Parts: sequence; structure tokens; C-alpha cells
Amino acid sequence: MALPKPNKESDSIVVVKGLTKHFSVGRGLFRREQARLHAVDDVSFDVARGEVFGLVGESGCGKTTTGRMLVKLTVPTSGDIFVDNEDISAISGQGMREFRQRVQMIFQDPYESLDPRMTVFDIISEPLNVNHIGNLEEREERVAYMLSRVGITPPEMFFFRFPHELSGGQRQRVAIARALVVNPEFIVADEPTSMLDVSIRTGVMKLLAELQEDFGMSYLYITHDLAVARYLCDRIAVMYLGKIVEMAGAEDIIKNPLHPYSKALISAVPLPDPAIRRDVPNIKGGVSKPINPPPRCRFYPRCPVAKNICRDSDHPELCEASPGHFVACHLVAR
Amino acid sequence: MDALLKIENFTMHYRTRAGHVKAVDDVTFSLAHGQSLGLVGESGCGKTSVAMSIMRLLPYNSEIKSGTIVLHGQDIYSMREEEFRKLRWKEVAMIFQAAMNALNPVYTVGSQITEVILEHEPEVSEREARQRVTELFSIVGIPEERMDHYPHEYSGGMKQRAVIAMALACNPSLIIADEPTTALDVIVQDKILREMEEIRRKTGMSMMYISHDVSVIAEVSDIVGVMYAGKLVEIGPADDVFKRPRHPYTYGLMNAYPSILGEKRDLATIPGEPPNLMFPPLGCRFHPRCDWATDECGQVEPRARYVGPDHSVACHNPLRAPSSGGEPIGVAKA
Amino acid sequence: MRSLAQNWAVFKESRIGLAGLAIIVCFGVFGLMWPIMIGNLWDVHIYHPVVGFDPAMMHPAPPCRGHVLGTDPIGRDVLAQLMFSTGREFLLGVLSAVISVVVGTFVGAIAAYYGGLTDSFFMRLADIIMLFPFVPLLVVVGSLVRLDMFSFAIILGFLEAFGGITIILKAQALQVNVRPYIDAAKVAGGDDLHIIRSHIIPNVLPLSFLYMMFNVTAAILSEATLSFFGVLNIDMSWGMMIHTAETAGYLFDYGRYWWLWLPSGLAITLFCAAFYMVGRGLDEVVNPRLRKR
Repeated sequence: MALPKPNKESDSIVVVKGLTKHFSVGRGLFRREQARLHAVDDVSFDVARGEVFGLVGESGCGKTTTGRMLVKLTVPTSGDIFVDNEDISAISGQGMREFRQRVQMIFQDPYESLDPRMTVFDIISEPLNVNHIGNLEEREERVAYMLSRVGITPPEMFFFRFPHELSGGQRQRVAIARALVVNPEFIVADEPTSMLDVSIRTGVMKLLAELQEDFGMSYLYITHDLAVARYLCDRIAVMYLGKIVEMAGAEDIIKNPLHPYSKALISAVPLPDPAIRRDVPNIKGGVSKPINPPPRCRFYPRCPVAKNICRDSDHPELCEASPGHFVACHLVAR
Repeated sequence: MDALLKIENFTMHYRTRAGHVKAVDDVTFSLAHGQSLGLVGESGCGKTSVAMSIMRLLPYNSEIKSGTIVLHGQDIYSMREEEFRKLRWKEVAMIFQAAMNALNPVYTVGSQITEVILEHEPEVSEREARQRVTELFSIVGIPEERMDHYPHEYSGGMKQRAVIAMALACNPSLIIADEPTTALDVIVQDKILREMEEIRRKTGMSMMYISHDVSVIAEVSDIVGVMYAGKLVEIGPADDVFKRPRHPYTYGLMNAYPSILGEKRDLATIPGEPPNLMFPPLGCRFHPRCDWATDECGQVEPRARYVGPDHSVACHNPLRAPSSGGEPIGVAKA
Repeated sequence: MRSLAQNWAVFKESRIGLAGLAIIVCFGVFGLMWPIMIGNLWDVHIYHPVVGFDPAMMHPAPPCRGHVLGTDPIGRDVLAQLMFSTGREFLLGVLSAVISVVVGTFVGAIAAYYGGLTDSFFMRLADIIMLFPFVPLLVVVGSLVRLDMFSFAIILGFLEAFGGITIILKAQALQVNVRPYIDAAKVAGGDDLHIIRSHIIPNVLPLSFLYMMFNVTAAILSEATLSFFGVLNIDMSWGMMIHTAETAGYLFDYGRYWWLWLPSGLAITLFCAAFYMVGRGLDEVVNPRLRKR
């Protein structure tokens, strides 16, 4: 079966430049817009071919919105996204069909991301079906292959089951098979394991890592869990209220966090060892919503080490503190 | 030891259309004054059912098959409903799962807690009750002036604190916290867990934490109980259980999850999925997923036995602790 | 989402739904008896529901050997009328309900999926239709055009389709529309038509089916009311039977001439109640929250 795959030479599969998404708050038919929620604000990064790039942050930091913009589910307010050097905002019509085969997404909730009225076969073959790839026989073969690859065997036994007849882990495996069935080059994985039970979760995480290696895809892996990001990702970007505050190699960021927020995040992760009790930097309050935020550093109100410069200047730029390690903080010596 | 709570051979089933769900099976443990016990397990393992049994809040389709729950020397299921109602909240209070929804949106937070006090302690005047709410607010770290605010004006972390204040309202000797921080972000979760431990130390009450997250339990518990498929498979002092897990499931659970500590390591996967509790496997309920299972495990149900001081495990072939790190040693097939 | 057998198991537990279904089956058998009776056991000239006449007695005749439910003021057999009308009531109820639900489902799904202006247009249209009370509106329409059973069923179906049912089904479609599997279908490459057809409509359909039952009830009641006022060009129906009794003045002495209105009145009530009861039973299948453990 012919799965088109553009063969362009470039280091980065995805390049994101100044990506911004603002949502209007409290606007209605007869109401004037009251405020703007800066969900994603001037975010730039790139994902190399075959790389797993982690986007880590707490709820409401804009990581999911970023992921949705990359698969064209949400239209950016401004900024550019290039996939294979192609500006995706210009894609439509036939190009869209090709784009959908190159870029896929795995959703968070396996109980919600599968249509309850479709069989496993219909679900996994949907991307082939709507893109008119292959005939029924070829599709059957492909679906069976994908099912066996995601560890659901024997595949034919599962063709005509409905999602409610599967366990949570099996559902997420089906969702993964659906995303991979068109041989995509790039996958946005939005917390694919956070809804699964611990003993099931590990299996799915290992599967994702294994498939990535075998199929040579790139992932944007979105998660709130630094430990998961460390396990799966090559590089990690930490987001806070719509901004990337730190970006570096996974081990680098875990062992040597520079931004006060990353430090707090890492030291707040509970540890499975009762013998260790750590000190946590004193972070004030909880995450607020970035509605009409002042121009200064987004983390200023909670920052334990903030100085006058943080209050008086604009949000700091992301700068390279050491090779490959970027941080957006006024107080980190460059 | 002077036990506050003693649960002995407690077995509870749910009647459903399709049959009996053996949700809690022969669970025995006790909790001393001032101690904290963590109950860990995956969804559907029976940990919440145990909590609801202690609170006598079981749904009408539940059926207690055998066993006793003794609180303060009194068997709670031999009491009349009205008698127990007096104990509930004054002796044992609960922080429910998804606590954010436990607050009524149409009343101020302060008045809701006042209401709880007045309801359970009729001799207290309204002024005294309000006075106590002020104290509770300062204990859990909510500014006093927020008393007259409505729940929607609170952030997620603050709502959680308000719910903790409500549980503390009548000075109970035991608080059961069912997934108290699951909906919260890590930094806030960390702070609230610390605060709860602080309160426990100050007031000398007992805590029972229930969570699916091994790490959360490790942070706060003196004693750890591990549940699997309705069974308490291992219980013992936290340090001991985490350092030398004896049950293969406990071992799997602890190593199934990536950590941000130490070197990046491979994860242990537990094959298969938890059983359907309508038809639990014969013998040990974990044997179909256990790497070390023998013929005996599939036929004879293991009884809990002591493997160390206060450390018991329900396994035919408990793992032996390795002398220095690495994989534990299973008993070879006889 | 469960299989048909499981749905049936849930439905079976609701006594009210089963009772409704039993009544509908009885009506079905009763209606099917008409073609067997007429011409074989019953003389067409005497038992024809519209032009029949029994010259052997005074009319309206009370129940007797030849006419189990008596005759009407112009000498037609009441039981024959009742039996003849049953099939047509089925046709009316089911046809208008099917039209309203099929059209309503499409309109609701489209309004929910596209939102914006499309949505506003259909919702305001529904508001307007709902503001016009059905019965007076149809009285006016009925006096302008001659409405027979078939055209009446179609008009009723479309009025209901763009009225209340659109709003209900759109609300359901909106809930479906925000589900992640709709996003997943978009990412898979599905176009609008694919998503509406393959994802939104199948997930709205159970509710549509439920409302179909309630719409049968609504259609039968509307027909009875309008026939009673005599604005429909229908030669025979349960509503017409009461209309005949009323215009001939026999309803003033309703106790004495009970066979002129009681059988048809009871038939209307029972028939409507039966579909309503099936709807209630289905409600438990469709809305899991109502389900007993």
C-alpha cells in the first residue's frame, strides 16, 4: 500500500516560531470582549528527526494548546509552525490529506478518544478509510499488523469488539494503533498514560518508546509528570503560564535545573522512598490563569528568589545558559 | 499496642446485576493513635471500599460477609445507625476523592464548616463555632478573611485546604484521606501533604491515606498497606516495605514507575491486567501476573504471615531481600 | 454502548416499557384483523367504516349481536371504524415521528457541529415554530388546504422536526461534538461530512429514537384534536369518530350514548400512553443515570 512520505533532508521535523494563542474570555454575541487569556505566549522550539521532545508543565500552562496547534486542531493567534519546512497554516485541501498522514495525535483519555459506537477495526482503519488508502483487504492486513505491533493479539479476535469491551490499557493501545496506522513522521502524544493504572501504564510507556525506535518517528510528548518525561524524552521544555521557562536535555534539566520554577517542580515530585525528606523552595500560592498578564516575568508572583529587576523588566527571553540548555530567567548568570 | 482502629477479617461484596463483586476480601490491619497508614493500590483494588466501610457509608447494594471494624474499642457495625452518626465526624472524618466538589457552591466556605460543627456538637454556640473555624483556617493556612467567600472564589489548592479544615472541624481521632491530592499540581500537592503531616504531628490524631501513587504514600505514611484485587497483600512499616518489598506485586508496583532520582533505569512491567472481581482467580489472586508463581499459587490461597516485625505478607514464596541492591530473589520452584 | 441483547435486557427490566410494548402489539394485531374481517366475516355494505349502513335497525344502535360496539348516528359499525382506523393511526404516528426525528437529527447535528450562524438560524427557527401553538396553526392551515392523513403526517413531522426536537437533539449533538473522539476523527483526516455522518449522528441516534416514541404520541393527539374540530379532510379516524358523535349532538347525553365516544376515546388514550410508556422504558436504556442497579 502506498503511503506517501516526503523525503526532505533537514535536521528538524518540526520548527515552531513565536507561537501564540490567546482566547477571549467572557465574550458573547452582545458582549464586548472583556479579557484575553494568554494560553500560549511566544513559544519557540524545534523537534529533531527521531527525537522525543517533552513538554512539561502543570495544568493550564498551555502545553495541550500547543500540541493541538501542531496538529491543526486549534488555529494559532500568531506565530509559525513548520513541518518538514512547510508552513502548516497554508495547508488545505489535498495538502491537508497529506498532512494528516504525516502528523498524528494520541489523546489523553482512552475512554473518550474512541467512538463508543465503532468497532476496533473501524476505529483503527478510519485514517486509511477517510484518506482512501488501500482497499478493504489491504486495510485489514494493515490493521491486523498494527494491532499485533501494539500488543493486542490475536488481532482478528479484536476486530469486531467495541471499546467498552476493552480494558483501559487495551483502549490506549488501540488509540496508538490508530495514530500509527498511516505511518506518520510526527506524533503529538498528549499525556497518553496519565489516565492508566500504574501496572498498565509502564507497559504503554515502554510500547511508545519501542514503537518510536522501530518506526523512527518523532514525538512531542506532553505530560505533567517530570519522571515520565525523563524516562521517555530526549529533551524537555518546561512551560509555565504559556511560556517556556527552561529547555534542555532531559538528564540535564532533571539533574541541573536552572529556573526557580523547574527547581520547585523537580523537588516537589514525591519520591517512592520514605527515607528521603527534602527541602522544597517556598513557592507561594497556586497556578493562576494568565488573563491579561502584566508584561513582567510570569513566575514573579510565586518566585522565591525574585528581585527588583524581575518586577521592573519584561518577561525574560529564553537564552542559552550552557550549550543546549536554555533558560528564561533574569537571575541566571549567562 | 493501643489500637485506635482494628479491622479483622473484613470481607465485603457488592451485589450487581451480573453477580457478586468480591471487592474486599479478608482484610486485617490495625492503626494506633497518632500513626499514619497508607493504603496503596490500583483503581478497583478495594482501597476506597475499605475507607467507606470504616465510615459506614457503603451503598445499599453492599453486603458485609464477615469480619469486624472496631473503632475505639467499639464494633461499629454492631451499633445502631443513629449511634454511629454521632461518632462520624467527631471520631472519624473523611476527605473525599475529588474534594473540590465536596463544597456546596451556594454557601460560603466558613458557614459550611460552622454548619458541620453545629450539627455534630449541639452544645456549641454559633459564636464559638465560628471562632473555631477561624482557628481551623489558620491551621490549614487559609487567610481568615476568606471565610465569607464562596467556593468558586477559591483556587483548587485552597478548596482542598478548606475540605481538610472541614475534616478537622470536630477534632476527630482519625481522618481518612481518599486521594487527597490527586487533582492538584505537584507543587501544591507537595505543600498540602506536608501541611497535613504537620497537623497530624501537632494534634496527635491518626491518618489513613489512600492513594494509587506509591510515592505519595511513601512521603506521608508510617505504615504501608498494599492492596491488590480486594486483598491486602502486604503491610508493614514504610521503611521496611519500601526497602525490602516481599510481595511480588509490591515490588512490581514500586519499580513500575520512573523516578527522577538516581540514574535512569529500566522499568519493571507487570504483565496482564487486574482480574475481574466477580470471578477472581483461584489461589493467589496475583498468580496469573506473577513471575515467581508456582503450582501451589494457582490452587491455595496464601494466608498472611509475618516476615519481619509488624511486617506481614500474603504470599507463598515471599521475595527475599537482596544483600545489596538489584533484583530481589524469588524462591525457586520446589 | 452495549449490544442489542444487553439493551433489551435493560429495557426488559422496566415494567412500564414492557407494558407499553404489549399494548402496542395488541393494537397491531387489532389493526391487522381489519383486512381479514372485511369481506370475509363482515359484509362490505354493512360494515364499511365510511359508507356502511345496516338497514335492519334504528341508529345509533347500542351494542348488540351484529354490532358488538353498536353503530354510529348514520348507521356505521363502531368496531369496524375502530379497527379500520388503527392501521391509519399507526401510519400517521410512525410517519410523522420518523420524519421529525430523521430531519431533526440532521438539523441538530449540523447546527451543533458548525455552530455560529448556521446554529443561530436553526435555533431561531425552532423558537418561532415553538411560539406558534400547533393546534391553532393547523386549524388555519386545515381551513386553507384540504389535509388528508398523509399530508397531515408530513406537515406535522416537519413542524416537529424544526421545532422542539431540533433543540433537544442539538443539545445532545453538542455534547457529542466536544468529545475527544471527534478531535481524533479530525486528526485522522475526516472531513465535516464524515464526522457528522460517522460520529455525531450515530451517537445522537439513541436519543432520537427515544423522542420518536414521544412524537408518535404527539402526532396522534394532534390528529384527534384537529379531527374533533373537523378541520382535517380525513374520512375516518378515532378523532373523526368523536367528531361524528359531537356534530350529531349525542355528546350532550354522553352517559346514554357511551359507545359513540368511549371506544375511540379509550383507543386514543391507550395508544398514546403505550408509546409514551415505551419511551419511558427506552429512557432507562439511553440515560444510564436513571438505570437501577
